[in-house]
Amino acid sequence: MSNEIMSEIKRDHIMNLLADGKRQDGRGITDVREIKVETNCIESADGSARVKLGKTEVIAGVKIIPGTPFGDTPNIGVLTTGAELIPMAHPTFESGPPGEDAIELARVVDRGIRESGMVDVEKLCIVPGEEVWMCFVDIYALDYDGNLFDAANLAAVCALKSAIIPAEQYGKGENTPLPVTCTPISVTEVKVGNTLIVDPDYDEEQISSARPTVTTDDVGNFRAMQKGGRGSITLDELSLCLDRAVEIGAESRKIIG
Amino acid sequence: MSGHTDMVLVDENGMRIDGRTEEQHRPIKIEAGVLSNADGSAYVEIGKNKVLAAVYGPRECHPRHLQNPTKAIVQCKYNMQAFSVSDRKRPGPDRRSIEISKIISEALERVVLTELYPRASIDVYIEILQANAGTRCAGLTAASVALADAGIPMRDIVPAIAAGKADGHVLLDLNKEEDNYGQADVPIAIMPSTDEIVLLQMDGNMTREEFDHAIELAVNACHEVHDLQVDALKRRYSKPAQEGSE
Repeated sequence: MSNEIMSEIKRDHIMNLLADGKRQDGRGITDVREIKVETNCIESADGSARVKLGKTEVIAGVKIIPGTPFGDTPNIGVLTTGAELIPMAHPTFESGPPGEDAIELARVVDRGIRESGMVDVEKLCIVPGEEVWMCFVDIYALDYDGNLFDAANLAAVCALKSAIIPAEQYGKGENTPLPVTCTPISVTEVKVGNTLIVDPDYDEEQISSARPTVTTDDVGNFRAMQKGGRGSITLDELSLCLDRAVEIGAESRKIIG
Repeated sequence: MSGHTDMVLVDENGMRIDGRTEEQHRPIKIEAGVLSNADGSAYVEIGKNKVLAAVYGPRECHPRHLQNPTKAIVQCKYNMQAFSVSDRKRPGPDRRSIEISKIISEALERVVLTELYPRASIDVYIEILQANAGTRCAGLTAASVALADAGIPMRDIVPAIAAGKADGHVLLDLNKEEDNYGQADVPIAIMPSTDEIVLLQMDGNMTREEFDHAIELAVNACHEVHDLQVDALKRRYSKPAQEGSE
């Protein structure tokens, strides 16, 4: 994400630990940091979640409003995901419109949610061809210590699961929960040297090359992937990422319920 | 990936609407050195996709704050021209093109010997003249040839192609209908000498078996694309010197 210079001594320390399968904070190579979720923390939103992944913290809010459907999908609701890396979250984040890092983050989270069919957008039709519910998910990084991708995915998914369609507010009948079908979970790893480590912290990200993210659904099928970062991964490493994404995704799904 | 159609995309004989088998890519045409101002350039057609790529650099890096004191950076701009799709595309960068530019830059930075040019920028411009699914792969394929045409030292020439799924069949190189109405799309790019992956995206719904099959198809096809890239460069540089030319 950011581009700060890291001291060689710290880099060597992390590399030496990894050579023994260890990490700075005592985790193993495939351990995910502690996940803490607080849902419905924002009353003005129709759904919200504040997620901590270790020291990384992200908030996601959902707003659902009536709107006009797209011409080619007249009976289908609209789902949009945005993300901002605000200056409060890290000294290297700058204010202003979303940059390429924020756009990539939002689009990878969006793909997982959209392609898994998590939100049943066909049930978001109010008047066919005229009016549908438009569901906006907005994600803000609050505190950045690596792996915003998985933190943002968890926050967006938890916010959507807690969301209520505010029909009464707009005189469109009774409030109902947002129709949700599954729980897409992303698992992001980074390659440091020749080791792939799960849920990287900030320091690990700084010295990493490739950054594969794999999103699975409840039955372990693949729904979205993205290789970020400047490095490459071998076919064997990709295979390892896929195995880990299924396994760790299932664990995380249990944690957020 | 989200649309619905009654159209049969793959018939009972495994034949696709454009007459291809499941494992066939569309016809590919690659030409190197097609522009005069750019330091390197290439033109690529993959089926109905028409793509131009141009390279400027290594040159001074703008904006200055992006300069890296130890190596060059690769800055790619992927742009769809307004008339390249059926509805007019609003000119200028959108979120999709910014993401594609970013992942193509990162893929190319893996192969360019950036450490040879501290503080410099290598600027890659990809223009989509006509789009028919698979433009990011066509763009990256063209960009690698343009980099080689510009004489920039690289570890490898990167080919890219997509595999995917439509009508429940794993297919190589989806066309527009298969992309719109299919169930998955997996664009990938590799370094052919080691088969390492430098670009990978996926959306849709695939089991592990389907995904493994898609990767196998795409990696094999990448090697074919790579042969065509090398061939284009050979054609460009094996021309006999003509009298009076530079």
